[in-house]
Formats: sequence, C-alpha cells, structure tokens
Amino acid sequence: MLHTDLHEIETAAELEKMIAENENVMVCCGRMGPMCIPVYGVMEELEEECENVKFAVMAFDSPEAGIIRNDEACRGFMGLPFTMYYKNGKVARATSSIQNMQQVKTILDEHFCTAEVNA
Amino acid sequence: MNKEEIYDVIIVGGGAAGLTAGIYSSRAKLSTLILNEGAIGGQMVLTEEIANYPGVERTNGYLLANTMKKQAKEYGCRIKSNLKISRYELEGELKHIILEDGREFSSRSVILSPGGRPRPLEIPGEERFKGSGISYCATCDGEFFTDKEVIVVGGGNSALEEAVALTTHTSKVTIVHQFDHFQAFRHAVEQAQANEKIEFIMESELRSFSGNGVLQEVSMEHLPTGKISKRKIDGVFIFAGYIPNTADLKGIVRLNERNEILVDSDMKTSLSGVFAAGDCIQKKYRQVTTAVSDGTIASLSAAEYLRS
Repeated sequence: MLHTDLHEIETAAELEKMIAENENVMVCCGRMGPMCIPVYGVMEELEEECENVKFAVMAFDSPEAGIIRNDEACRGFMGLPFTMYYKNGKVARATSSIQNMQQVKTILDEHFCTAEVNA
Repeated sequence: MNKEEIYDVIIVGGGAAGLTAGIYSSRAKLSTLILNEGAIGGQMVLTEEIANYPGVERTNGYLLANTMKKQAKEYGCRIKSNLKISRYELEGELKHIILEDGREFSSRSVILSPGGRPRPLEIPGEERFKGSGISYCATCDGEFFTDKEVIVVGGGNSALEEAVALTTHTSKVTIVHQFDHFQAFRHAVEQAQANEKIEFIMESELRSFSGNGVLQEVSMEHLPTGKISKRKIDGVFIFAGYIPNTADLKGIVRLNERNEILVDSDMKTSLSGVFAAGDCIQKKYRQVTTAVSDGTIASLSAAEYLRS
C-alpha cells in the first residue's frame, strides 16, 4: 500500500475503467521510495488545481501493476517511478524516474492543456 | 502581484530543520508559513530507514517527515509546497519573498532552511538517460540492473555502501572516484574492497553518457594523464555528494566558498531578522537530529528577535 493522499488503484481493471471514463489521467506507479515520494508530492499539489485531470497512484510491486510495467511505452525504463499520462484512453506520455513540478506541469500543459483549462 | 497577510515568521524549506522551526514557531503562537520548493520532508524522505532518531524506534524518512508536517499543521503552521521562489527582499524590517507565479509573502522574520540536493555531474547525456540507465538511488533501481554491469560514481559513504548493496543484483560494479583515496569511513571502504564483484578506478571522472534510447557507454578521463577512454556499461549510479540550495541567496546573506550560509551559534545570518538552519548552513555533521536542533534554535532566536 502506498501512503499518499492520492487515490490508489488496486487492480488493472480499475485502471482500465479510469482511463476509459476520464479524458485525462495521470498515474504514478512506484514505491514509498526517495525517487517516487517527490512525484506523489507534486501530484498531491496539482490535484487541487487541475480539475480536468484524474490523479492516481499504483503500487509497483502489485502483480496488477503489470499493466503499467509491461506497457510498450515503458520499454527501456530503468528507474522508479513509472509515470503514465493517458489521454482519451491511450498513453500520451510515459516517464521514468523522479520528475519535479516543472517537468510534470510541462507534460500536463502539453498533453492535457491544463494551463488553458485552469487559466 | 498578489500580496497576502504579513506573517511573524516565514520559513523557506520544509525538511527536518524547516518543519521543526514550523512546529516551534506556530506552537509559540507566531503566525508561521513554510514555503517549500520541493516535496515536504527534504532529504529526510530520501532515507529508507531511520534507526537512530532518539525516542523513535525504527522508522522511515517519509513517515517521520509526515509526522513532523502533521505536528506543525496542528499548531496552525501554514505550508505551501512545490512552488518556485523568484526573489528575496530580506534587508528591511519587513521581509518579502516573491514567487515565480507573482504571489508575494511578507514577514517580520525569516528562517532559511532550503536544504541541499544530490550533486549532479552536469555532463552531456545525464538528463537524457535519467531513468534509462542513470540513477541516484540503488535501493529504488538496483533490481533493473540484475546481472548487468554498472558504474558507481563517488567516494563517500553513500557511494561505497550503495555499491556494496548493488552487488546483490548486478554482475559487476565499478567505482569511479576522482581522488586517489576515499572520503568514506574505513569500515565502508573495507567492506567494498572485500567484495569480489567491485572494481575500483581512481583519479578518474566521467565525461559523457551515450546510447541509443538507453545508456550504453560512458567516456572517462584519467585525471593525472588526461587520457580519455570509453567503456560499455548498462547503468551508472551517481553519489557525488550534496550541494546546498543557496544559489538564489548569493549576495543576500553571507555564504562561504561552498555556498553554505554562515550563521552564529544562535543561527543568525549576516542579516538582521534572518536566520538559517539545516543542511544549507556551514557545519560539519548533517543528520536529521542536527537539522532538528538547528531548526529549534533558529525558531527560538526568531521569537526572541520578534519580542525585541
């Protein structure tokens, strides 16, 4: 279990449902480790201001997280966390390892137009 | 510019020192705001296990940081994190801190505790291969390099201890260090030297990373001769020490040659009403306990300054 204030996805089916029902979804798949926790912190902050994006986390070691670990977009990834950005049910972007607020915001603005929506 | 209320104390940084200062200041009924550029907890959350924090049995940095955050908030401390400070105006009686998004916060005293961050090598390819062969955490990413060859950069305790830890996954670890000796404690050096999977390359520095999608090769300079060599590699773990987050404070408060803030025993900086605490100040030992001590002293000094 991940101790964050974000919604934790527990099954692959739940993730599939979330990305099917929401236009913009950001999911951080990691552990309670030093590279992952800062990304959860960024997401917790952004969740309050980006209403057009659904934010969630998923435990990397759960067998159910194979849906992310084995995603084609994560091929070659060698650093936790794996962070997925889904647009209209498809992977729009995936990143590996720690990301800061500016890096996450840049991706959200580019793929989910959050800067325009929240303006 | 959006101006908010005037606080008694603004604390810059939400690591162990900043959170402690937040607990003490808000409990003393001072209106207190913590402005934090990253995730709350600072370097503390990067610690997998904390076993020597007095009064607390084995815990991890994230849980300890969250408890401190909760304590500060319960006393009324406000916390704003993941923001970017663009300018400090700390000289007058009223201090101002301006964020990149235009918000401005003012206070009668300031405690600087921006902490530090892992020192990057700042060589070509480092950002490109982060997460695709370059890592700063062996515990997090070691398993991605099972039966592969990796390089560990650094010569301190972290580098040598993490190198030993990596040998449980990897087929070989090469430690690359810029000096002809290690800064790590003797027991850490001996443990690494006794490990058959570890090779040492001394007096050398990496110069660049390259690969096709993932890291495949590094170039390395042997410092005494200047000779550059290339080496095929699957991963590089960087533990090249920490640098204080004080770049924006140059010319505002006095720093030493390592850009650490100079303070007296009351944590006073060169500016009246401005205090500093934690990993950003000039000191020898950097522990959660020493940061907590610094934060306590800075808060009490700020309270005394406000009373006077």
